[in-house]
Amino acid sequence: MTAEQPLVLGIETSCDETGVGIVRGETLLVDAVASSVDDHARFGGVVPEVASRAHLEEMVPTIERACREAGVTLGDLDAISVTAGPGLAGSLMVGVASAKALALSLGVPLYGVNHLASHVAVDIVEHGPLPEPTMALLVSGGHSSLLLVPDVTSDIRSLGSTIDDAAGEAFDKVARVLGLPFPGGPYIDRAAREGQVVIDFPRGLTTGRDMERHRFDFSFSGLKTAVSRWVQAREAAGEPVPVNDVAASFQEAVVDVLTRKAVLACREQGAQHLQIGGGVAANSRLRAMAQSRCDDAGIELRVPRPGLCTDNGAMVAALGAQMVLKGRDASRLDLPADSSMPVTQISA
Amino acid sequence: MLILAIDTSTSAITVALHDEARVLAQESHLDPRAHTEWVTPLIASCLSAASVTPGDLTAIAVGNGPGPFTGLRVGIVTGLTMGHALGVPVLGICSLDVLAEQSAALTEGELLVATDARRKEVYWARYAVRPGSVQALTSPAVDRPADLPDEVRALPTAGRGPALYPELFAHALPVLDVDAAMLARVAVERTLAGTPMPVEPLYLRRPDALTTAERAAR
Repeated sequence: MTAEQPLVLGIETSCDETGVGIVRGETLLVDAVASSVDDHARFGGVVPEVASRAHLEEMVPTIERACREAGVTLGDLDAISVTAGPGLAGSLMVGVASAKALALSLGVPLYGVNHLASHVAVDIVEHGPLPEPTMALLVSGGHSSLLLVPDVTSDIRSLGSTIDDAAGEAFDKVARVLGLPFPGGPYIDRAAREGQVVIDFPRGLTTGRDMERHRFDFSFSGLKTAVSRWVQAREAAGEPVPVNDVAASFQEAVVDVLTRKAVLACREQGAQHLQIGGGVAANSRLRAMAQSRCDDAGIELRVPRPGLCTDNGAMVAALGAQMVLKGRDASRLDLPADSSMPVTQISA
Repeated sequence: MLILAIDTSTSAITVALHDEARVLAQESHLDPRAHTEWVTPLIASCLSAASVTPGDLTAIAVGNGPGPFTGLRVGIVTGLTMGHALGVPVLGICSLDVLAEQSAALTEGELLVATDARRKEVYWARYAVRPGSVQALTSPAVDRPADLPDEVRALPTAGRGPALYPELFAHALPVLDVDAAMLARVAVERTLAGTPMPVEPLYLRRPDALTTAERAAR
C-alpha cells in the first residue's frame, strides 16, 4: 500500500442510489452512480424493496464501470469502504455484503463507515482538507442534521436534527400537494424561480421556548401541514392555486430556518467554516441564502458540486481513504448493516 | 474444479467448498436475521479450513432462492461480487432443488419442498425422486399452504413448511434448511452435464407497494 496515497473503493447503497467511487488519497478518480429513482417515481416515493432489488442488479456492473472509468483494476485497491448505516436496512445489506466479498477476495482491509460522516468527508476530494472544526449542515430526503466536526474520522458531534420530517421529505410531500412529480426538490426549486415569496409560512422551532429546548433542531411537519391547508382553502374557495408562489414561499421557509440555525451554530461554536451536504444542498435558493448569510457573518461556505451532495460512492471512498491515512482501525468481516447507526459513530 | 457454494435462502447461512471429488469444507450458522454478519466470515473460515485462498476458486455457486428477500440477496451479491473480483463464473441454482436433493435418500416417488415465505405463505415445488435422479415436476411458486391441493400437502415434505403449519402438512421430512455441501454437489453435477445455471433471484412476488395511480383508484 502506498501509505500517502491509498487507493480506496467506496460503496454506497443506503437508499435508492447504487454508488461506487474510487479515491486515491484525497483525489477523486471516479464517481459511478446507478439510480433507481425512475423506478420509484410511479410509487410517489422510495419503495425499499424496489431499491434493494435494483441494488442487487446494479452492484457488480457499477463496480465494473467505476474501475473501467478510473483506469484501475480491483487488484490495485488498498482498501474497501462501505456505508454501514444509517439507511434502509435491506439496501444497506446489499452494499455491505458486496464490500465484504471484495475485501475477502482481494485480501484488503474493509472500513464500514457512517453515511452522514461520508457526506461531510466528500468535500475533501472537492475542496481539500477539512478545516477543523467544520460545521456541517446535512439535508436530504432522509436526514436533516447540524453537526460539529472536529475530526471527520474520529469526532463528530450532533448539535441538532429534525424532530419529524427530513427537509427533503418535506419537499417531496409539498410537491405532491402541488401536483409536482417525485422527487420534489428540483421541481419545487424550478417552480419557485417563477414565483414570489408572498405567503408567510411558519418557521418551525425558531421562537421563544423552542430556541431553548430545540436550539439546533428542525421541524418541517407543521410547515408541510400549513402548506397543505393553505392549498385546500384555496381549492375549497374555488380559486386557482398559485403553484409557483406556494413553492417559492414554502422553499423560503425551509431555507430560512436551515441557514439561520446553521450560521447561529457556527457563531456559537466558533466554527469558521460551514459545509452543506445532502440532496437538498442542490437547491439553488439554499445555496444563495447560505452564501449571503455566511458572507455577512464572515464564515466560509463550502458546498460540493450537486453530484457529490446527493448519495454517492465517492463520499464513502473519501472517508475510507481518510480512515486509512489516519490509521483508524479496519472493520471486521462480521460487520453488520446498522439502519439506525448514530451520527456520532463514524465507523463500525 | 474448486467450487465455493453459498446459500442464504433459508434460516441457515451455509457455505461449502467442493473440488469435484468431494466436499473439502463446510460451515453453517442458523440465524434467519443475520445473513449479512455471517456469510463472509463463514466463507473465510471454509477457505482456511481447506487451506485454499480465494484465488484458487474456479467457480462460485449461489442459491437463487426463493427465500425471504433480504437474506437471499446477501448470498447472491456476495457470490456475484466474489466471482467478479476473482474472474470466475457464478452459477445460480434453485434452492428448492437443493432441499429436494437433500431429501432424496429419505424417500421415493414424489416429494414436496415447502419453505417459509413469511406472510403466512410457503415457497413450494414438487419433485420426483428416482434412483440416481431428482427431477422438478413444477416451477417454484408461493402460496398460502392451505391453498395447495390436499394430495400435494400429503406428500413427504422437506423445508420448514411442516414445522410452521403442522396441521396442513401430514408428512414432514427431517430436512429443514439448505445445506451448501449439497448445493456444491449439484453445481458440480450440472457443470459436468453442461446445464446452464443463470444467477437470478427468485422473488416470486412483486414489491409490496401501490403506484400513485393504484392508490388513487382505491
